[in-house]
Amino acid sequence: MRISTFWYCLKQGVNNICRNILFSLASIATVSACIFLFCLFFSIVINVQYVIKNTESTVGITVFFDDGLDANKIKEIGNKIKARDDVKEVTFTSAEDAWAEAKQEYFGDMQDLAEGFEEDNPLANSASYTIFLNDLVDQDQVVDWLKGIEGVRKVNYSKTAAEGMNSLNKVIGVLSMLIIGVLLAVAIFLISNTISVAAAFRKNENQIMKLIGATNYMIRAPFVVEGIIIGLVGACIPLISIYFLYRSAVGYVVTKFSILSGLFQFLPVEAIFPYMAATALTLGVGIGFFVSFFTIRKHLKV
Amino acid sequence: MIELWNVSKTYEAGNKALRNVSMTIEDGEFVFIIGRSGSGKSTLLKMLLKEVEPTSGKIVVNDMNLSKMPRGFIPKYRRKLGMVFQDFRLLKDRNVYENVAFAQRVIGASTRSIRESVPAMLKMVGLSSKYKFFPQQLSGGEQQRVAIARALINRPEILLADEPTGNLDGHNSMEIMKLLNEVNKLGTTVIVVTHSQEIVDRMKKRVIVMDRGTIISDEKKGGYTYEN
Ligand SMILES: Nc1ncnc2c1ncn2[C@@H]1O[C@H](COP(=O)(O)OP(=O)(O)OP(=O)(O)O)[C@@H](O)[C@H]1O
Ligand SMILES: [Mg+2]
Repeated sequence: MRISTFWYCLKQGVNNICRNILFSLASIATVSACIFLFCLFFSIVINVQYVIKNTESTVGITVFFDDGLDANKIKEIGNKIKARDDVKEVTFTSAEDAWAEAKQEYFGDMQDLAEGFEEDNPLANSASYTIFLNDLVDQDQVVDWLKGIEGVRKVNYSKTAAEGMNSLNKVIGVLSMLIIGVLLAVAIFLISNTISVAAAFRKNENQIMKLIGATNYMIRAPFVVEGIIIGLVGACIPLISIYFLYRSAVGYVVTKFSILSGLFQFLPVEAIFPYMAATALTLGVGIGFFVSFFTIRKHLKV
Repeated sequence: MIELWNVSKTYEAGNKALRNVSMTIEDGEFVFIIGRSGSGKSTLLKMLLKEVEPTSGKIVVNDMNLSKMPRGFIPKYRRKLGMVFQDFRLLKDRNVYENVAFAQRVIGASTRSIRESVPAMLKMVGLSSKYKFFPQQLSGGEQQRVAIARALINRPEILLADEPTGNLDGHNSMEIMKLLNEVNKLGTTVIVVTHSQEIVDRMKKRVIVMDRGTIISDEKKGGYTYEN
């Protein structure tokens, strides 16, 4: 295609939008809303996942042993655990360590009070392994496996933290899919209508173009351009607003809830924005292109 | 060359617009098609443009059989034809220059070719000074000149005009006809459908008379023999 033809189609596409500015704006607004929500959920989900990843290294599984299990047996179990692929790290806490830790925790400065127990370690059977997994998703499986090992008395693990987060992510995901789906349908409907109105407006012109010998491709081009512009603008507006919103939101949370900053870490906007922008632009332009293409094809057949 | 072989057209409604029409028009001819309203004149032109398909028969234009033409080739074929209508069919939101340039733009012509040929064409139809005017600022005759310029800008081999003077007064009609005659002298085949007895009688060209879908007379240097 010639550059001049490209500019001509671009100009006609812009003309289409200007002529029917209200419909076009409504279409842009719905595409924007759609992509805004997409970006918002994208940011939340990806950050929750990031937090989970971080927690995974702090939440472990603790394994206790049968009364009086001898040290060799315990060592053997430890080796077995270490041999697994999904296990990242295993640390051993002896009964003495456990007692020392407990003393510190319960009696604090008044270590004297604990002296009475010294003879007979109340936590004699509290030797344990603490296991950290590569991926918390495997936790249930590993726990079941641990319970099946001979000599293992008890397996302590935290279902709540990881699974809570995971299911939160799932709920957010499903909810956002639903809302985005509805908005997407509205956006498609509105773009399709906008293109139809433009096509009706240009009916006469399209007829003349046909008789002059313009290709179908040439006749459709302005409408597809119109759709792409709607999609592009509809993607850029939310991207720009999300960029600044995200930055200030992270800044706000970090300064206002500095206690949390040890617990939660946000991904910097620079880390997620390129992916978000690429997805949003593809989404916007894709919707604009396909909807306008199929709408105009339907109209010009007759 | 345009050839029709036993061409018939029955519209969906059951209207028989053409019945077994056969004829030949040579390159460079000037032909009037006249006949009562509803006799099938416009249908004939639409078939040549491949806007309407014949129900039966064969149409061959410049050795191309229209019914066997692949869809993708139709735009290219239409560029060999120019079409002028009774109601001008100009784009109201564009000025004279743009209306003519439009025909070049939509077939993907280069800006350079547009800048060269549009002013020349406007000069030929006598509208050089009004190139910035919009259609509603022009008289009917002037609008039809713009339409003719648009039809000719892509250098068609055949010019089809369906009642080009139907909305014009006598003087303007003769001016348009003079223009079409000049175009014809430059080598373009011209086919004009008209109801104007004065025009047909004055021009002394080939006249094909149609009635109820058939050709009832075809004379070289004919006159307006048909009685309304
Ligand atoms: N799209 C159509 N659908 C059904 N019938 C049609 C259609 N177009 C034309 N006809 C019918 O075909 C016949 C010929 O029509 P056509 O337009 O070719 O006549 P014409 O000779 O051009 O008439 P006029 O001088 O009034 O323009 C008429 O009876 C008309 O009613
Ligand atoms: Mg007619």
